[in-house]
Amino acid sequence: MKIAIPVDEKDLNTTVCVSFGRAPFFMIYDTTSKQYDFLDNSAAASSGGAGIKASQSIVNQGVEVLITPRCGENAADVLKAADIQMYQSKKGLGKDNVALYLNDGLSPLSAIHEGFHNHGGK
Amino acid sequence: MKIAVLSGKGGTGKTFVAVNLASAASSAQYVDCDVEAPNGHLFFNPVVDETHVVNVKRPVVDNDKCIGCQACVEFCNFNALAYVKKGVMVFDDICHSCGGCALVCPEHAITERDDRLGVYTLGHSENVSVVTGMMDIGKISGVPIIKALNTFRSELTVVDCPPGSACSVIESIEDADYCVLVAEPTTFGVHNLKMVYELVEGMHKPLGVVLNKCTADKNPAEAFCQSEAITILGKITYDPILGKLGSEGKIAVRQLTYYQLFFKGLLDKIIWEVSHETNANS
Repeated sequence: MKIAIPVDEKDLNTTVCVSFGRAPFFMIYDTTSKQYDFLDNSAAASSGGAGIKASQSIVNQGVEVLITPRCGENAADVLKAADIQMYQSKKGLGKDNVALYLNDGLSPLSAIHEGFHNHGGK
Repeated sequence: MKIAVLSGKGGTGKTFVAVNLASAASSAQYVDCDVEAPNGHLFFNPVVDETHVVNVKRPVVDNDKCIGCQACVEFCNFNALAYVKKGVMVFDDICHSCGGCALVCPEHAITERDDRLGVYTLGHSENVSVVTGMMDIGKISGVPIIKALNTFRSELTVVDCPPGSACSVIESIEDADYCVLVAEPTTFGVHNLKMVYELVEGMHKPLGVVLNKCTADKNPAEAFCQSEAITILGKITYDPILGKLGSEGKIAVRQLTYYQLFFKGLLDKIIWEVSHETNANS
């Protein structure tokens, strides 16, 4: 099973990124191979619809679990349609969050925000 | 001739100036491009002769024909499409109706449907024909309605623009021969005046400023115009009577001779500026 998490750097000791759609990278952990992999988020520079595009990448990677600090409405629609489970990340390192998840230490993401469309004014 | 009235900040007096300019002419067309909150009609109270629906195109995907190549998803610059579990999801609010997804689909699985965005009405009020764009509640972008409004042009057309300096404003002044920037004497007002001034300059449209709500105090908007050598078309003194007339939905030009003469003069000045610009550029 693959677990994805938005992160700030392409580094094993990277912190979790505050944004999902506009995170520069996704850290992807494969529970079968126990390997970490990094994915460039091509959606980060989108003028709009970043959450949808980022979700598409996650879906195409065959990810089943997403650990994230937040998620917008449109992104959540795509992720839910793909049956990807969403968990609320905790502040700190990406790999620590993966470990927490594997030990049932994270709760499902409950709040889906409306998105920051239109200059973040919403 | 088409004159667009705009201002960065809301509430500076765009509608006041646009409505009164149109009313001061012997005959004119007033076009309200502030489709999210059109209010010129509240002053004109026009007899509405025609109502036209404005639709935009949205993709419809036949998932039985879809082979999952994601060509449409990759093509969409606005990320309005996603492919999940053998089906394409369409995000209507993000779609810009370009039709590109239907063109790139190798299986011709995408067609387009009409989605109602709003209406525009054609009416008349004394010497002014009134065109009003109105976006439906809950819609995201009114630009396609403004595009439809841009086809209206007469001997003298006055366009009442939306506030700000974003896409809807750019579209509203696209077809204008001259831009009138309405400014109020506040720091916030000047900040937004600068933004809209840069926009109009960037679009190479001739422009002039009307200083509204002037008092005896220092006017930062006037100082800005002087520093940038921007034509000041006129100054409107802060007048509680205008506030009262506005709150009653009355048009100053139709009520008071003073304002009738003032706006006639302002209109003449603008018309002179436009012809001067035309000569200067020819």
